[in-house]
Amino acid sequence: MWARAVHLGLRAAARGRRGFTSKADPQGSGRVTGELIQHLERLSLVDFGSQEAVARLEKAIAFADRLRAVNTDGVEPMESVLEDRCLYLRSDNVVEGNCAEELLQNSHRVVEEYFVAPPGNISWSKLDEKQPFSHH
Amino acid sequence: MAAPMLWWCCPGRRFAFARVGCGSWHRRGPPTGSTSTGKRGQSSVAQQPHITAQKPRKGDREWAAVVGLEIHAQIASNSKLFSGSQVHFAAPPNSLVSFFDASLPGTLPVLNRRCVEAAVMTGLALDCHINRKSLFDRKHYFYADLPAGYQITQQRLPIAVNGSLAYSVSVGRKPSQMVTRTVRVKQIQLEQDSGKSLHDDLRSQTLIDLNRAGIGLLEVVLEPDMSCGEEAATAVRELQLILQALGTSQANMAEGQLRVDANISVHRPGEPLGVRTEVKNLNSARFLAKAIDYEIQRQINELENGGEILNETRSFDYKLGCTVPMRDKEGKQDYRFMPEPNLPPLLLYDSGSLPSGADPQQVINIDRLRERLPELPRVTRERLVRQYGMLPEHSCALLNEVGLLEFFQNVIKETRAEPKKVTSWVLNTFLGFLKQQNLAVSESPVTPSALAELLDLLDRKAISSSAAKQVFEELWRNEGKTPAQIVAEKKLELLQDPEALEQLCRSTLEAHPHVVMDLKRGNPRAINKLIGLVRKATLGRADPTAIKEVLERQLSS
Repeated sequence: MWARAVHLGLRAAARGRRGFTSKADPQGSGRVTGELIQHLERLSLVDFGSQEAVARLEKAIAFADRLRAVNTDGVEPMESVLEDRCLYLRSDNVVEGNCAEELLQNSHRVVEEYFVAPPGNISWSKLDEKQPFSHH
Repeated sequence: MAAPMLWWCCPGRRFAFARVGCGSWHRRGPPTGSTSTGKRGQSSVAQQPHITAQKPRKGDREWAAVVGLEIHAQIASNSKLFSGSQVHFAAPPNSLVSFFDASLPGTLPVLNRRCVEAAVMTGLALDCHINRKSLFDRKHYFYADLPAGYQITQQRLPIAVNGSLAYSVSVGRKPSQMVTRTVRVKQIQLEQDSGKSLHDDLRSQTLIDLNRAGIGLLEVVLEPDMSCGEEAATAVRELQLILQALGTSQANMAEGQLRVDANISVHRPGEPLGVRTEVKNLNSARFLAKAIDYEIQRQINELENGGEILNETRSFDYKLGCTVPMRDKEGKQDYRFMPEPNLPPLLLYDSGSLPSGADPQQVINIDRLRERLPELPRVTRERLVRQYGMLPEHSCALLNEVGLLEFFQNVIKETRAEPKKVTSWVLNTFLGFLKQQNLAVSESPVTPSALAELLDLLDRKAISSSAAKQVFEELWRNEGKTPAQIVAEKKLELLQDPEALEQLCRSTLEAHPHVVMDLKRGNPRAINKLIGLVRKATLGRADPTAIKEVLERQLSS
């Protein structure tokens, strides 16, 4: 894995959102460690794969960090940009479903109207194989 | 000393109260199925002396156990939480799946009003504070039965918080000595159910059915206020009854509509709480208490042997009767919670805050829902005790079987027999027959009217109670005859002619002088022999009490 050899000069995005934990370095010592990359890869099943990818990450974090320039003292954070919209409530009627055939067409492998997945959970080690689900 | 106690009534029948002596826990011999713990290198002889007796030894310090629960109840609705596909237990695989449920791109969640109402009603029934504003979040993890890669849940601000659930435990030998315990409800949140995985180890693959994916769940979080398996099981049972009474969930554990995870830890009284483990896969009412108690004892044994408890997730193995670590969980999960960007906050109103001119279909009024709440089990039980003078355990039993209360009330409506008589017949005879043949109340061959008629005959003293039992057996055979017809056919009417009874008694006394002498000599059992003889002579058509009265009168004259 590429991750192990990486050390970048970077200021980590340490803005902890209310209610969520931040995995980045809270002191902003400026490093996205190889450990962090490994952790992110495991969590997201995204293969960083190259130095360019990690550099892109670093740039994205720096870009987001520019938000810090805005003084938000005393301003209540928004939940989402939809927060003053009305949440539509649907009546409890059955109006969809019954399209198993259509849905199963999306699956590479099917067994008797079931989708087929590899056994157990999707593990990080599977990323080493190119396309874990394609060869059977 | 503690260990979980005996059911005081028929095994297999669980009431919403338990006999509890959950006070303290002690070291016991290693539970079966556990892997050997304790210091390495020591022979089994050098380990703790094996204790099977349950009395604490001198110097044995106590342990206290702490149990919290996370209960998932499937909402009883026609369609799913965020899509319009059907909610149904058994259907061809992947036939009840919409594009949204399959997580196809371009689909969006649309909240089901009925699910929100179910959550509010449940929150009200558990005395929760209903949050006027609640939020939806995404909880990310990868599993084949979670097509989107995240579950929509309410992590930051759930729909209801800070409630309580009361249940009854009996604290002495007598069933009448009962206390009410409460467990705090931390919160209730709305969330999606996942699909189902079928593991095919032979072909090294997993088959996925998404029929269940997206069904609305109520997650009820109970604080660690319980101290043993019995309390936890009782609390779950009471929650089940409440959900069923509200109609918000059928809460049938066997069909997966109610699933329980337990958080368990032990500590010395007075000391801080210990490390907890999470036990998942507690999906059977029967094994819930057992599994929790096993885990408590395992932790005690582990700590007594100098080991330590890992903050891990375990599963209950039904076959071995023990908890085992779950293989899949490596380290702590990071769910990367984030607000669900496609759903605005959920706003609820009460009569005072309803926006004017609002479309009634688009607003939910908490006060209206509160008015429409049906009678809760606790209130029903108290009412039955007050109204019919029955014992609390009887009212529990009536609520414990689906349809039994309705049956009972229908009989009461049609009969003039005393409520106590009705209670006794319904709970003993009727329920006994049902259980013997493993039938539900709805499958009973005896209707409430038939039982009411039978009890009327008994009440009028037209038949004796043993004759009534015979009639009941006949009724059970469901040959379409009424109680009156059966009585006539089998000639079970009580002897109404007092003169005839006098005559029979006199002749019996004359025919059995030895027994009479035996009685006069002071043998109390002789009178029963005489009663028996008279009964035989009357072909069972005389009431034993009446016989006894006549005989005693005749003997004393």
